[in-house]
Amino acid sequence: MEKSQLYAAIAAAVPEAATAEGKQFVELTVAPEKLKSVMGRLRDESNLSFDILVCLTGMDYGTDLGVVYHLRSYAFNHMAVVKTRISDRENPAVDSVCSIWPGAEYHEREVYDLLGIRFNDHPDLRRIFLDSTWGYPLRKDYKDDVNIVSK
Amino acid sequence: MEVKEKMGRLENEEYIINMGPQHPSTHGVLRLVVALKGEIVQRVEPHIGYIHRGIEKMCENLTYQQIIHLTDRMDYLSAHINNEAVCLTVEKALEIEVPERVKYIRTIMSELTRIQSHQLFWATFGMDLGGLTCFFYGLRDREKILDIFEESCGGRMIVSYNTPGGLMNDIHPNFQNRVKEFLKYFRGVIHEYDDLLTGNVIFQERSKGMGVMTKEEAIAWGLTGPTGRASGFSCDIRKHNPYSAYDKVTFREILYTEGDVFHRYLARMEEMRESMNIIDQLIDNIPEGPFTAKMKPVIKLPEGEYFQSVETARGELGVYIVSDGNKNPYRVKFRSPNFVNLAPLNLMARGSKIADLVAIGGSLDLIIPDIDR
Repeated sequence: MEKSQLYAAIAAAVPEAATAEGKQFVELTVAPEKLKSVMGRLRDESNLSFDILVCLTGMDYGTDLGVVYHLRSYAFNHMAVVKTRISDRENPAVDSVCSIWPGAEYHEREVYDLLGIRFNDHPDLRRIFLDSTWGYPLRKDYKDDVNIVSK
Repeated sequence: MEVKEKMGRLENEEYIINMGPQHPSTHGVLRLVVALKGEIVQRVEPHIGYIHRGIEKMCENLTYQQIIHLTDRMDYLSAHINNEAVCLTVEKALEIEVPERVKYIRTIMSELTRIQSHQLFWATFGMDLGGLTCFFYGLRDREKILDIFEESCGGRMIVSYNTPGGLMNDIHPNFQNRVKEFLKYFRGVIHEYDDLLTGNVIFQERSKGMGVMTKEEAIAWGLTGPTGRASGFSCDIRKHNPYSAYDKVTFREILYTEGDVFHRYLARMEEMRESMNIIDQLIDNIPEGPFTAKMKPVIKLPEGEYFQSVETARGELGVYIVSDGNKNPYRVKFRSPNFVNLAPLNLMARGSKIADLVAIGGSLDLIIPDIDR
């Protein structure tokens, strides 16, 4: 499927997401509360079938936090990017996609560890690399008193 | 009576043992908390992070040329391919077309990297299962590739040979001859690998039918590399989204359907042969030309985000760079193959014996610095 066709197909399947024909992949922006239903349909629609979660990235956009999902389809070998933004920095939370792609479990634990975003209904949400004395190092406002890296 | 009661309690009790962080078969600082009932594994819970260096955080303060050197330290057996991933992402963002010569050399180097990585896998996997001879044989042959690297790149394992736009320096005049010599040599001795391990009855008994992942599970968990392909999940990035010179060569994607330890092993063995075929097709046709495109000394990526996957020896390495237009990236994410491949270990090992856990862990070919980053 060409990118423009894929764009049209995605826009038809998930009208509540803001879809854009991005530079590299089709990009969707979804509100956190609608994320899970959008993801479920992206996997289950027969002409999309995004059955592989390639990459799950936590982001700090300065004001907002966000999660970026790179999805791929095994049958069609096309890719799409789904983004969600959370404006609450104190208590950020988004629905877990572990029930859709079990492989998301470790990715989400990593994002929770390094950015402090909670994932609702995650089977085992614990910090994965660091212990509980650390803050959230990948946040842009993280102050590291001990170590060396500074611009 | 009392003794009998105690015996009964012990039989029904689950006990927890720690495997690692210092354990010869975890190949690094991986700690597995294993719940056992007798000899049978009930649960495996990997504890990782012992070698977490915060590479993604460090990248935010470094220039793109400097980041290359950190990627070596993730999966140190696929160092060249990791470098290539970052370079391809930067080149894609800058819309630079690298010279043909660079593409060919990168592909040859990548395949040599894959061979030496699989050789080390074979060596240590044999050792895990009790065949110490494998270790010596594997390292003997791997040394020859490292010598080729040393001659052209200067480094043996941590090569840092790629730079955005091309290569650090041109290949050594001797390079083509050395590679051809090596291929001739290795084709002559690879049967020893099969003689020593593949056909061994004890080895087969210990690996066939162990730690099975079906194709559906492999896709759902996102397993890639030989681990995914042994389950029948066709996930070779070189085939599906070719980069560098992979669109100019013909090769076979190694696919099995069994998805057990033995076929993960077999996939790597066959991949070594396929890698040699790929090098065969390229080594005599390296075009003349410059070894790097014209690059500015300070690289600033245009604002936006860029994603590129490559096939390392262990699976799909994805590099996701978000740039705000400065000379440092705003955010870098490495989707490392081992991190994803480790996740279903509990699923694979449940119900097997504790000794088989070593085989299952070994068959995933884990590199711990790549998991922790």
